[in-house]
Amino acid sequence: MIEVRELTKYYGTTRAVDGLSFRIEPGRVTGFLGPNGAGKSTTIRAMIGLDRPTSGEVLIDGKRYEDLPRPLTTVGALLDARAVHGGRSVRGHLAGLARSNRLPLRRVDEVLEMAGLARVADKRAKGLSLGMAQRLGIAAALLGDPAALLLDEPVNGLDPEGVKWIRDLMKRMADEGRAVLVSSHLMSEMALTAGHLVVIGRGRLLADTSVEDFIKGNSRSYVLIRTPEPERLRGLLVTRGIQVDDGPDGSLEAVGTDPRTVGTLAAENRIAVYEVSPRTASLEEAFMQFTADAVEYRAEQGAAR
Amino acid sequence: MKNDLNAAVGFEWSKVRTLRSMQWSLVLCVVLSLAFAVLTGAVVQRQYAHKPAPSSFDPISAGFSGLRLGLIGLVVFGVLIVTSEYSSGTIRSSLAAVPRRGVFYTAKMLTGGLAALAVSVTAAVTSFLLSQATMGDESVSLTDDGVLPALIGAVLYTTMLCVFSMGVAALLRSSTITMGILVPLFFTVSTILTNIPGVGKAAQFLPDQAGGLVLYRHAPQGYVLNAWSGLAVLAAWTACAAIAGYLALRRRDA
Repeated sequence: MIEVRELTKYYGTTRAVDGLSFRIEPGRVTGFLGPNGAGKSTTIRAMIGLDRPTSGEVLIDGKRYEDLPRPLTTVGALLDARAVHGGRSVRGHLAGLARSNRLPLRRVDEVLEMAGLARVADKRAKGLSLGMAQRLGIAAALLGDPAALLLDEPVNGLDPEGVKWIRDLMKRMADEGRAVLVSSHLMSEMALTAGHLVVIGRGRLLADTSVEDFIKGNSRSYVLIRTPEPERLRGLLVTRGIQVDDGPDGSLEAVGTDPRTVGTLAAENRIAVYEVSPRTASLEEAFMQFTADAVEYRAEQGAAR
Repeated sequence: MKNDLNAAVGFEWSKVRTLRSMQWSLVLCVVLSLAFAVLTGAVVQRQYAHKPAPSSFDPISAGFSGLRLGLIGLVVFGVLIVTSEYSSGTIRSSLAAVPRRGVFYTAKMLTGGLAALAVSVTAAVTSFLLSQATMGDESVSLTDDGVLPALIGAVLYTTMLCVFSMGVAALLRSSTITMGILVPLFFTVSTILTNIPGVGKAAQFLPDQAGGLVLYRHAPQGYVLNAWSGLAVLAAWTACAAIAGYLALRRRDA
């Protein structure tokens, strides 16, 4: 279990992470979500001791990363940027890492196979495509067969096949009881893989909840209605306490009701309808709405101070 | 702890072994040393073929002229072994694998230092012997007075300058900036400073000048330092650079 405690990180005078606390539990994929520049990468870098926190700490099974014996066997991390010397071969890079943590060399061949890199094992890293470089980063993260995986934007640059591979891999790792943290700025990506969400914005924790609850709490569901008599139907709905918004092309959006109620009401009042359909805003919209609200709220708080 | 350091040294060694640029810099050191040793030997031999050499002629110093140039390969190696981590981004995966920075740094310094020592022995001994072999009548042999200590001193000199370069590189992180400072310093600036009256007295304390006194049969006139106190000054420089590099690595984000 990884525990981020009151983590704060300044770069000079810029505050990248601000009093952030959350946990990464084993056995599930935790999505680490936030707009670009929210502090996701900084948090992950602090987790493995690359960046020194200004205050706060990250504990892995109660220990700091620096104090873990053979750390690659506990935590495997993929960082957003390339972390391989271009002149080194794929196998050479992994073999060096294996030596550093006293891992058997056969693990190198295993992860090469697992990541689909066996064919390019003797190629130099600078000749790899972005997708292949990403796979090499993931292979390095898997090298120590770690109990926790931290993946910063792992689908970047991957082709559709690679994207599916990484999704399946994350699920399999979580099913095996490992803790998996995956960062992304795309909500839709999270919905497909994550069971739990940690959402941050401007370095602060905005939400720490299950994906289901996040969607329920933040997506707007409504009934889309197309009718030749919108004003009459709007009047009828409003008198029953239903909120009605204007939709595109003269349609109506009734919030907090269902198609059955709307359809019955229209029939009883002999109003023709062309369409009555339930709609849910996409996850992406929900996320954008959520972060926009959070940022605005903070701006207001700042102005009030 | 000891196991961790062993593993970290193995890691560093594998990094040296899998990068051509580092091997080339070491090969460059030996090749330059040998080539210049032969050239010096030939020039000396021709110069003094028909007249005796003046008493100021120092066959030991002449024998190291190849090594003085070959040193550039070791400086490049020392800089690259450190800065290639930063320029490529490898530092992130390296520190993720070896997060204790003291262990990481010690392993790197040990690996670089031992490689430099091995190459220094090879370059110093072979180039010295080769230049003596081509020098003709003016040559000295290993058994002559002061030759063996000078050879040992020369090996220590080039090894320490390589470690000094590693420390400076760890402090500055950029190969361009580090080489931009060290190469002119070692190969032109300090020679120029030494020849300016007044400044020359202070310039003998520069790392390459102080350590380089061991390459002569006698320290030049008017010098405060001699061969061994000069090496001690270089050792102090090296220790300072190594400590400064460590403090920078420990404190800063990777």
